Amino acid sequence: MLKTLRQIARIGCVTEPPVEADEALRLRVRLQAQILDVLGRALCIRAIDAGSCNGCELEMQALANPFYNLEGIGIRFVASPRHADMLLVTGPVTSQMRSALERAYAATPDPKLVVAIGECACSGGIFGAGTACVGRVANVIPVDAAVAGCPPSPEQIMSAILTAITAPPTTPM
Amino acid sequence: MTGADWRAGAMPLAGAPGMRSLTVDGEAWRAAAQCLAGEGARLLALWGDDTGAIPRVLAAFATAAGGGAPTATETLLLALPVKRASEQAYPGIEEFFPAASRMQRAAAEMFGLQSTDPDRRPWLLHGPQPQDYAFTRVAGEGVHEIPVGPIHAGIIEPGHFRFSVVGEKVLRLEERLGYTHKGVERLFATMPLLEGHRLAARLCGDSAVGYSWAYAQALEGMALVAIPPRAARLRAIGLELERIANHLGDLGALGNDAGFAFGLSQFSRLKELLLRATERALGRRYLFGLIVPGGVSTDLDAAGRAALANCLDELGTEIPRLREIYDEHAGLRGRYVGAGEVPPALAARLGLTGLAGRASAQAYDLRVDQPCAPYAEFPPRKCEAVAGDVAARVAIRYDEALESCGLVRRLAADLPEGPCRVHLPVPPEGAAAVGLIEAWRGPILVALTAGAAGSIRRCHPHDPSWQNWPVLEHAIIDNIVPDFPLINKSFNLAYSGHDL
Repeated sequence: MLKTLRQIARIGCVTEPPVEADEALRLRVRLQAQILDVLGRALCIRAIDAGSCNGCELEMQALANPFYNLEGIGIRFVASPRHADMLLVTGPVTSQMRSALERAYAATPDPKLVVAIGECACSGGIFGAGTACVGRVANVIPVDAAVAGCPPSPEQIMSAILTAITAPPTTPM
Repeated sequence: MTGADWRAGAMPLAGAPGMRSLTVDGEAWRAAAQCLAGEGARLLALWGDDTGAIPRVLAAFATAAGGGAPTATETLLLALPVKRASEQAYPGIEEFFPAASRMQRAAAEMFGLQSTDPDRRPWLLHGPQPQDYAFTRVAGEGVHEIPVGPIHAGIIEPGHFRFSVVGEKVLRLEERLGYTHKGVERLFATMPLLEGHRLAARLCGDSAVGYSWAYAQALEGMALVAIPPRAARLRAIGLELERIANHLGDLGALGNDAGFAFGLSQFSRLKELLLRATERALGRRYLFGLIVPGGVSTDLDAAGRAALANCLDELGTEIPRLREIYDEHAGLRGRYVGAGEVPPALAARLGLTGLAGRASAQAYDLRVDQPCAPYAEFPPRKCEAVAGDVAARVAIRYDEALESCGLVRRLAADLPEGPCRVHLPVPPEGAAAVGLIEAWRGPILVALTAGAAGSIRRCHPHDPSWQNWPVLEHAIIDNIVPDFPLINKSFNLAYSGHDL
């Protein structure tokens, strides 16, 4: 226990302080204000891998590390679409994930936001659309914001979340 | 006949070192499989190929090499020309290599090549009524089922797990995968040979270097080109950085899944430091696009080397420190020790491979046993544990992460001068080769055949998760449901890489 406490003290807080002129940090401060304006509480996100190679998931996981500390600014990932305000969807949507994605979208309460993460989610990417893949996320559910990149960096993913909250939510088709 | 006899009759094959291939008939196919299994050979991959005049089933085995180190291996590729399912089934080899079952099912649904083995359910393709999949039912008083997925809690890939439980105890787990099936084998066949590495890197995002290297190795083998020594070193640096990053991520997640959030923050901090150093050294956080046909796309300069060295210094101090904390934490030990046990005999019987195999005394590592350049010059220490539980798979990750830190240092010191990429001529139609790379999860195999005018005729990528997913079903038996996330994470198997 002593070693654990000593390690915590030794490393200290590595979350980059918002006073520094750092693009990621500037984004984070704006992000918090926007969320409070729109939702007045924590933003809850459900991540859905609709067929990705797992690269985008790795960068989404990085949002929770102490450098980006997404939870520290009121955004957290939840385990059910029923608890979510926003879906972060990755992948070219595969034919075999299509109905799961549609059902998760239907299970998310209104008003809801959808952000497509990564090149494949934006355009189908290298996998395109065909028999096995339906292609981009917008082919299946309405998308409020999209960020390309293979994979996009954690900063770019945060930026996409911001874009979605500043745009008016779409109504389900 | 012995395995040596089968190998003696086989022809050398391009790609990874120690590859030989042999075309056999149905009787010899089964006899060879039985003989190889008896000698302790391991099944690396089994797949179908319908591009020739006669469709074929192919199987690659790791066999003991004559002479040299006791674990030195060679690869024997058996090719069996077969008739279509409607005519006649080919002899299955599940009896000798249990891991063959799902691979044979995939070959059947994708190419209509049906084996004689009993399980004829589809595997990767769900069809119009996916809910009709015939899960094995467990009967008895108080038995009930828990279906989980395809969408899982957390930021992870999709797949379905069906638990049959009594109270909290798991009697049986059955996996249902294929949700991320993207038709990549057909997609490869629409791409030029010199572009295929881009798709290979995106088959499984956490193993981008492993897959793109295996692909490039096959391509360079069939083009009869040796990459420059500097390129080989840079590839190995990339592969080891990928290994360290994944191990750091897993060690954090394994702490978190046992309720130790401290572990997640500490290790995710280290992983972020490593990704940032990787970006400074090689231009990207994840190494998609590093490996290109003929070499690597990005050179490592002095500033990049310094960034890597700084980061490796920090990892070298922090990882042992955190290991001590993990090892002394009674709560963590309580969750890890004895959880998800795969005893060595079971691991050998089922063909458990890669990292998880080494935690169950299956001490195989291609970097040592069948090394390609530059690993023959830079052999890592092979890490091994025998307990086969979560604690052992955690220990292997600590050992390998530290070993790879040292290895990257050695690889980056005194980099040979010269180009880091050479021109690759277009291989002739019909040329074939197999690439084989020990990625962080285990051996990745890529079998490649050239088509006309620089096209791909056939490309089959094989993920080590094929062998290990069925073993996870055994590892969970008699454990409690709440330990599943921990046990599952300790294997950390691929969905996308497996689903093709």
